[in-house]
Amino acid sequence: MTAFEFIPNTLEDQRKMLAEIGLSDVEELFVDIPAEVLKRFKPLGLKPISELEVSQLVSRMASENAHTGQYVSFLGGGIYDHYVPAIISHLISRGEFLTCYTPYQAELSQGTLTWMFEFQTMICELTAMEVANSSMYDGGSALAEAMLMAKNITGRKRFLVSKSLNPHHRRCLETYAWGVGLELIDVPFTETGQLDRAALQPGELDDLGGLIVQTPNFFGVIEDLSGLKELIKDAFLIVSVNPISLGLLAPPGLFGADIVVGEGQPLGIPQSFGGPLLGIFATRMNYVRRMPGRMSGRTVDADGRVGYVMALQTREQHIRREKATSNICTNQALMALCATIYMATLGRHGLRKLAELNLQKAHYLAEKIAKLPGFALRFSGPFFNEFVVRTRKKPSRLLKALRDEGFLGGLDLESYELLDGNNLLVAVTEKRTRDEMDRFVKVLKGA
Amino acid sequence: MAYPKEYRYTKEHEWVKLENGKARIGITDHAQHQLGDIVYVELPKIGTKVKQMQEFATVESVKAISPIYAPLSGEVIDVNKELETKPELINQSPHEQGWIAIIAPSDLTELDSLLTAEQYERHIGA
Amino acid sequence: MGNTIFDIGEENRIGLRLPALDVPERNLTELIPAELIRKEDPKLPQVSQVEVVRHYTRLSRMNYGVDSGIYPLGSCTMKYNPRINEDLARLPGFAHAHPLQGDELSQGALKLMYELGEYLCVIGGMDAISLQPAAGAHGELTGMLLIKKHFERTKELHRRTKILLPDSAHGTNPASAAMCGFEVVPIPSDARGLVDLQALKAHLDESVAGIMLTNPNTLGLFETDILEITKLIHDVGGFVYYDGANLNAIVGRARPGDMGVDIVHYNLHKTFSTPHGGGGPGAGPVAVVKKLEPYLPVPRIVKNGNRYSLDYEYPHSIGKIHSFYGNFGVLVRAYAYIRMMGDEGLKAVSTNAVLNANYLRVRLSKVYKAPYDRLCMHEFVLTTKGMSEEIRTLDVAKRLIDYGVHPSSIYFPLIVPEVMMIEPTETVSKEELDYFADALIKVAQEMRENPQLLKEAPHAVPVYGASVRRLDEVRAAKEPILRGHFP
Repeated sequence: MTAFEFIPNTLEDQRKMLAEIGLSDVEELFVDIPAEVLKRFKPLGLKPISELEVSQLVSRMASENAHTGQYVSFLGGGIYDHYVPAIISHLISRGEFLTCYTPYQAELSQGTLTWMFEFQTMICELTAMEVANSSMYDGGSALAEAMLMAKNITGRKRFLVSKSLNPHHRRCLETYAWGVGLELIDVPFTETGQLDRAALQPGELDDLGGLIVQTPNFFGVIEDLSGLKELIKDAFLIVSVNPISLGLLAPPGLFGADIVVGEGQPLGIPQSFGGPLLGIFATRMNYVRRMPGRMSGRTVDADGRVGYVMALQTREQHIRREKATSNICTNQALMALCATIYMATLGRHGLRKLAELNLQKAHYLAEKIAKLPGFALRFSGPFFNEFVVRTRKKPSRLLKALRDEGFLGGLDLESYELLDGNNLLVAVTEKRTRDEMDRFVKVLKGA
Repeated sequence: MAYPKEYRYTKEHEWVKLENGKARIGITDHAQHQLGDIVYVELPKIGTKVKQMQEFATVESVKAISPIYAPLSGEVIDVNKELETKPELINQSPHEQGWIAIIAPSDLTELDSLLTAEQYERHIGA
Repeated sequence: MGNTIFDIGEENRIGLRLPALDVPERNLTELIPAELIRKEDPKLPQVSQVEVVRHYTRLSRMNYGVDSGIYPLGSCTMKYNPRINEDLARLPGFAHAHPLQGDELSQGALKLMYELGEYLCVIGGMDAISLQPAAGAHGELTGMLLIKKHFERTKELHRRTKILLPDSAHGTNPASAAMCGFEVVPIPSDARGLVDLQALKAHLDESVAGIMLTNPNTLGLFETDILEITKLIHDVGGFVYYDGANLNAIVGRARPGDMGVDIVHYNLHKTFSTPHGGGGPGAGPVAVVKKLEPYLPVPRIVKNGNRYSLDYEYPHSIGKIHSFYGNFGVLVRAYAYIRMMGDEGLKAVSTNAVLNANYLRVRLSKVYKAPYDRLCMHEFVLTTKGMSEEIRTLDVAKRLIDYGVHPSSIYFPLIVPEVMMIEPTETVSKEELDYFADALIKVAQEMRENPQLLKEAPHAVPVYGASVRRLDEVRAAKEPILRGHFP
């Protein structure tokens, strides 16, 4: 019998414990499993391997992937190559954060409950909303849950969805909408890349559950949210955001948004091939009892000392079962801790500076590319750190040339079927240097 | 706590008190005791029409949300707004100040299907 | 505000310097209309880096984790999280790979996901899998959507309206089924603590879309009638969904697929050792039998020769359930765990998980009441009902904290009053089990001799104990304070 480092029991331990139970063999513990089921069992055919061997094996697989330490990345589309401060990985790796669960026993979980409270506060500050939960799975599912919440409150099943929404999020939305029986109606964009308000005709607004928009949108273009809430009245204005952009942009809460969601990955979370990510979810205090997800709330202990507990748990599935506001249980807590530490580290003015670096650099590159023959900016609207370039040549060919020179050149939009012709989505974060951008332009020119 | 003789009760632990043809409704002392500290009450909208034993409000404790059923059919004509800020009134005074709503009953014969104080006490094994 | 990061720091302190702008600076309002620019910076903290590190280090010390000691939450499988898996998930080829960099540049990640999918299919006895769901409940939702899609395609949806659920089920089960518009029909447990077959039969007709089962169930008991149950459901044309929360009890020796199950979700953060992280990220892959394969979420990972790719071409798919491909970093950890353990290791997991639970059960049922006094699987329930007039299970749990251990789950499953649900897992030593049992036995004695001790617990002790005394949950619910405010 192999001894395993994660299982302390020795044969001698097992013998003593079996004696206490009154059995003589561990197999007797499994008598309740029908013999027929046991007989059908089929193993994996894998022998145990050591830590050393698994480390070599998995490292080889990792080395077969491209990554942004190896390539200079201009790839975005919802996941961005931002700098992650060194302290984050160190702090979240502390066993007391990493290896605990949902804070069911508040007195043993003040660390988790305190940072959750901090996270909720920071998200409220960023979005100018009144209340935030402590995380959803990702931007896509957060958006879907926002739609369900709006449906539950308004009782209406029609939702207008901006065509410039991230198509990956849009596909999650479609899955949930079909599952729940909701209708999604496209709202087109104009030549600026922004929502076409002319399409929001009174007829379209009848019996409306909500309007779903993203800013900056999938094309990187910043939406003007003013007046939208007034237009749709008691239907829900649901806004999906890039949290980094809110260092600089006027927050959706100021435009009357009812729910603000977003993908929190830019807040100090590695790209990790698209997961684990972080769903952000914030709303108005009026709706707090209809909100999905976990929340930490402040209270006092038996001595009057400030402490935190899981608040308003009666909304949740473990108490309310089929009447719960959502089925969510395990969420993305550790990723929310990354974001909390990130926002604390960047701080009040740091996030603004970071957002400005993104903005300035993206415009530098956009302008240079636009001057190249065979290249033009696709949209005229204001953009943040990402923009669409219309190209004469096939983006796939350009991307190949860029890759040969060490660049992840952006996202070819062809397969998304949102735009005519050849279009390349290019993202620029604070990590990109002028030198890298100049080389990028040079490769494009020669491709 | 004594169960007022002039009230009528449901098996689901609501009480009704008839006042000039209008029905004042709340939950019983037994119910509030089972629920523990009430932290929130979701009141019905005035004007809502309800059928007998239809869920029309909820009370929330830390660990549970419980539906409140309308003991009589009719229209909700008043609600206890004080509960919005002082849900603990239900714990402190379940049969008086902790009332939840007033219904204008549409069919007073429904009263016959409710329990008397004596029957209710037997129902809860008091 | 109370011990938060907002309570420290000073105006203009910073936690990180940023590089200077290396391109010509443009006037902001040239780039963005003034009305779309934020007038006031968000009121985030203003702290130096050392303050950030000290604050979160201090907060971490107010938490109890698996690394601190036994953490016997029932149905949560709080087993040790191997640290090698943390290192592997942080390898640059994984941590810094972009999900849209293309199949060609992602062969390592796709290969790992493909192989993990194959392993999980064998472990579950299933035919095909999606790794997208980010947690168990997300897997349940996916499973319910698969059932819905099937009946939509067979044009039976109008009558296939019910999902049957044992009353011992996790709360996520009814919530997931309800989200998809199914009517939830609870099936009572019988005196054995198992699905009441007579009650089940009474609900069987063509309105049944399926049943959701956890096996062993949340009482820690194996559904011995499982083969009959799955047959009964199949006979009326329904599907059997297996909630894998308790897979740790049978992993390496029995497979849900061999019990007649059609859909399985796995909790990689339970059975496969990935860290719980304070409440996530987890991963809840969903595997199915052939019949349901066409409906699995896209993209699927396919293998052609030695090349792996993401495939969106499944016309009957329910669509996407995650922005990308699931919690990839969690998948890396589970992959490494399965490879390290191999068949022999996985079998040793269930052997020792079940042995440990039974050992604790036998020791503790001499003092507490075991409502189902028989062999259990990886977890079991006890009740304090009838032991004291004034002491509740909550008080027992809080008093355990004073002994430096984490209490079990309490007040779940709902069908046992004043319940404790205890799952020790295979990664605790006999000495730790004995310490935990001794502590609970001592608390039972205190309950008789000095109940006040329990009522006032916990008594805030510094290391790996409570950092506060008992917290007022009523106050938190009555006047919810869910965020801080600043001057």
